[in-house]
Amino acid sequence: MKAVVFGGTAGIGRAVAQRLAARGDLVFLLGYDEASLARSAADLMARHPQQARVQWALCDMESPSGFAAALDAADVALGNFDAAIVTAAMFATQAELEADVELTRRLTTVNFANTVTFCEHARKRLLTHGGGWLTVVSSVAGDRGRKPVAIYGASKSGVSTYLEALDHKFRAAGLWVLCVKPGFVKTAMTANLKVPPFAGQPDAVARDIVSAMDRKRPLIYTPGIWRLVMLVIKHLPRFVMRKIEF
Amino acid sequence: MDTLTGWGRLPEPGRELLDEDFETLTRGAVLSRGLGRSYGDSSLPANASDRVANSRFANRIIAFDQSTGVLRAEAGLTLVNLVRLMLPRGWFPPVVPGTKFVTLGGMVASDVHGKNHHREGCFGAHVRALRVRLADDRIVECSRESDADLFDGCLGGMGLLGHILEVEFAMHRIPSPWIWMERERVSDIQAFLESIATAAPQWPMTMGWIDCVKRGKGMGRGLLMAGRWATTEEAPTRHPGSPHEITMPMELPNWALNRTTTGFFNAGIFWGHVRNRASATMAPERFFFPLDAILEWNRAYGPRGFTQYQCVVPRAAGPPAVYEFMKRLTTLGAASPLCVIKDCGPEGRGVLSFPLEGTSIAVDMPVSADIQRVVNGLNEFIISVGGRVYLTKDRFTTAEHFRAMEPRLPQFQALRAKWDPTGRLRSAQSRRLFGDKA
Repeated sequence: MKAVVFGGTAGIGRAVAQRLAARGDLVFLLGYDEASLARSAADLMARHPQQARVQWALCDMESPSGFAAALDAADVALGNFDAAIVTAAMFATQAELEADVELTRRLTTVNFANTVTFCEHARKRLLTHGGGWLTVVSSVAGDRGRKPVAIYGASKSGVSTYLEALDHKFRAAGLWVLCVKPGFVKTAMTANLKVPPFAGQPDAVARDIVSAMDRKRPLIYTPGIWRLVMLVIKHLPRFVMRKIEF
Repeated sequence: MDTLTGWGRLPEPGRELLDEDFETLTRGAVLSRGLGRSYGDSSLPANASDRVANSRFANRIIAFDQSTGVLRAEAGLTLVNLVRLMLPRGWFPPVVPGTKFVTLGGMVASDVHGKNHHREGCFGAHVRALRVRLADDRIVECSRESDADLFDGCLGGMGLLGHILEVEFAMHRIPSPWIWMERERVSDIQAFLESIATAAPQWPMTMGWIDCVKRGKGMGRGLLMAGRWATTEEAPTRHPGSPHEITMPMELPNWALNRTTTGFFNAGIFWGHVRNRASATMAPERFFFPLDAILEWNRAYGPRGFTQYQCVVPRAAGPPAVYEFMKRLTTLGAASPLCVIKDCGPEGRGVLSFPLEGTSIAVDMPVSADIQRVVNGLNEFIISVGGRVYLTKDRFTTAEHFRAMEPRLPQFQALRAKWDPTGRLRSAQSRRLFGDKA
């Protein structure tokens, strides 16, 4: 695999980059913090001696004008990438979003409009290269309209719908679209939240993601138990959803 | 109310901040912590509102030199991660403590020692440089050459001089990824001290497990283990891999570990080793970190929590002092399934570093109404023989006892006055032992 990892300096993205690098796949990192990119690239090389040169480029999910140039850089460095993995996104609690309309605009733009824009750039390149993987981390929060994730969940729901359609439309052309729906994962993003049951670790989530890519699956829940949890939640009637707080 | 706990599971109110960017996270923080493996209150805040930065997500390796073994990494890199990465490549950390679930930052702040202390000293003896965030938010790089007083103070300084951001140290080349180990059954404490003294010059690593429930004749019976890296000829050709780990499935009730069950457990371990002497190759993780095989074993002590009393009895006080300590321990009724004896070499350069030449004894004890009396009793004895306790394990030593056992305290406090003049950095432990304001 020759993979571009957008968000590969932290959390789930970093764990995915580690897994791929460990088994000898080529990795190219995208992120918005230069120091963090340089450190993460150096770390991949120090940990995995077979990674002679890990390269990176600046790319900010809030600046779509830079997407094309960043992917061009990845194409040059990797010699036409065949996997694009997107873990970069924003998170804020419902209370924070309700208190700040500008934050709501930013989060929904980053998580939906800009994510789809980035995927479109990546999809076109992948199809030109003869196919490959487009893996995007969405969320279980997009499966049902729920009180604590009304806005964040809506942004993720849009991404999930988009990815599902991409799979329907381009699988025959050799594009393996994977929509990843993590439940609660213990990363910096969720560090301030109360840990619910079935919380996952980034490394285990990364293992599930890489294995789903290998098997060319269109959708995974990770940790796997969340498939069942969401199955129940999806079938709860509205009068129950109005009463409960999750 | 959010709480934080150490390995002994006694909570303090507070919460921690986590981020990959630990450097930014420590700005304005008064305490940093890693995996929370110190037993007592070393990594707990003095105040519920104190800003506590957790280094766990900052675990990148910055550089590794294949020819010299010099490694530089962020403070949150864990020992388990490092060992599993480097063992197949023929490198091992120079000094490791009894658990692999610690961070580099914690290893420096505790200046950890291991089974090879008599040969290699503490971890700090192998550290070449530290990147530290000071109380006034400046960041400095210190070493034996530059700001050496800060460097020495950080080794074993419990994070009270600054937040350790990066650690540079030298890994050791190993001839094979296996340990050659010899185990001997020892009948009492006298024989134990003799055996450990005989083993020290021959073996780079030694440690002993003793049964401290057994009273009278046979008090201090146990097993002595000695090891060294196996040569390529002795080592099996396969890689030792990672040991099978099981997780303690639930918290046991408070009464589960008591004098009787502990006595049975200890007798089982003692008689379970059928032969008086055995030798074999062993996977390093099993040799160095035997208790890590059961994840979250601290839950066995139940909701009451537990502490570890670890002290060092100076060589000058001799075997009679160790014998007397064991006697006190059994009369005070401190039943413990885990009692570990180690041989310590000379004191290192860490200003508050724990080891000094002599015998280190570590005993686990459940927290009970009686615990303060037991710890006080043991401390009084330790002070009388010129020994001291290990802050990383401590939760119950009083400020008065600490002052009496720690002649280096004024020197350390002077360093704090120099590097943290406004007295910002503090922990629940420094409040208890150093008289820091809450």
